[in-house]
Amino acid sequence: MPDKPWVAFYWCASCGGCEEAVVDIGEKILEVVQAVNIGFWPVAMDFKREDVEKKPEGFFVASFINGGVRTSEQEDMVKLLRRKSKLIFAFGSCSHLGGIPGLANLYSRNEILNYVYKESPSTDNSQNIFPLTSFEDNGYALHLPEFYDRVYSLDQVIPVDYYIPGCAPPPDIVTGALEALIEGNLPEKGSVLSPNKALCSTCPLNETKPEKLLIRQLKRPHEVQADPDKCFLTQGLLCMGPATRTGCGERCIKAGMPCRGCFGPLDNVLDQGLSMLSALASILDFSPEELSKLEETLEACPDPAGTLYRFSLPASIVKEKRRK
Amino acid sequence: MYEPKIIAFFCNWCTYTAADLAGVSRMQYAPNVRIVRVMCSGRVDPELVIKAFDLGADGVLIGGCHPGDCHYQNGNHKTLRRYLLLKKLLPQVGIEPERLRLEWISASEGEKVRRVCNEFTEELKKMGPLKKEVKNA
Repeated sequence: MPDKPWVAFYWCASCGGCEEAVVDIGEKILEVVQAVNIGFWPVAMDFKREDVEKKPEGFFVASFINGGVRTSEQEDMVKLLRRKSKLIFAFGSCSHLGGIPGLANLYSRNEILNYVYKESPSTDNSQNIFPLTSFEDNGYALHLPEFYDRVYSLDQVIPVDYYIPGCAPPPDIVTGALEALIEGNLPEKGSVLSPNKALCSTCPLNETKPEKLLIRQLKRPHEVQADPDKCFLTQGLLCMGPATRTGCGERCIKAGMPCRGCFGPLDNVLDQGLSMLSALASILDFSPEELSKLEETLEACPDPAGTLYRFSLPASIVKEKRRK
Repeated sequence: MYEPKIIAFFCNWCTYTAADLAGVSRMQYAPNVRIVRVMCSGRVDPELVIKAFDLGADGVLIGGCHPGDCHYQNGNHKTLRRYLLLKKLLPQVGIEPERLRLEWISASEGEKVRRVCNEFTEELKKMGPLKKEVKNA
């Protein structure tokens, strides 16, 4: 296998869906393995950490890392891969913005450990056993990675060169990134490899949106039979389209669900959740005399942080429960 | 006693003019408020509010025209809705909602600027500093 460049894949705090997203590119993967060697991919191939450690600095032309960073082991691994790689691609929402596991940042580390190991109804832990980072038994020392105070997006831990957005990234975005890498026509470093436009601008339902979009009600998706051919916001369903980057192929919209925001904010937007909050405030059609009605309506959004920041809490500027 | 820092976004047409009136009338009020003039309270993006907290403000005060008086017809209606949504979000992300305050103050109400700034400063003094980011809580 001489001359072909080497790439690596790794996962951190993620669900495994991003690993599937790599395979989802279908037979294109055969073209990829013709162009590059895969030198590290724990989920699919038998390479160990030592194999990476033995490689010289900058050995991999690129590493694709999915998942946020929550443990000391994940931090170690991504720092190792950063040293051994020329380019780092944050692969998928969790790595790009923190993702759904990042919602854990609404709780402190202690709250989480207490609930999981002690307080949850199905847990019986009368001996008060909590995970330790090191433990000795019969002269054998055992080690566990440290569970950090919060979930970090990848670029909060190591410098990241490119972002492949999505939960999980759709095949054409993944293929586009791989082709750009192989052909050597990647854009400026720091780019998100998806068009810098709001989802609404490419949404097939955009033409059903009235010129002045105003709503008098908010509904939760399980409460209504949504009309799949009509802009979800006009139906009172909270769609993250106005504050979310496009490029996903409107997968959710076409499946009859409002956008949940997995592609993250557009360039130059500081905070996706606040951007959506602002947009929502503009279209809620209530005058100052109807405050109580507005408050009633907002009850249909009982968890604003979880809704507005479903994928982007760790990368947001609200700093969640880092304040304690 | 703790001296809180307050960032105030005052609209050009009403509240800022009122603050000006308070100034030329030589009214004395708490020096804890740092005023930022904006053209309309509707221009106060939630990002500005959160960024102020992030950069060390203990409280954020938004001042706009009374409903019906907005120079831009209904900019302040949007402010009000944005404010209500933010108030709902703040406790989830560890900021007491009382640290954000919205007041309608018209150009002639210099006295109200003085009263609101003093009141808000007193409240924040009692609440103490906004909790800051900590590692491994």
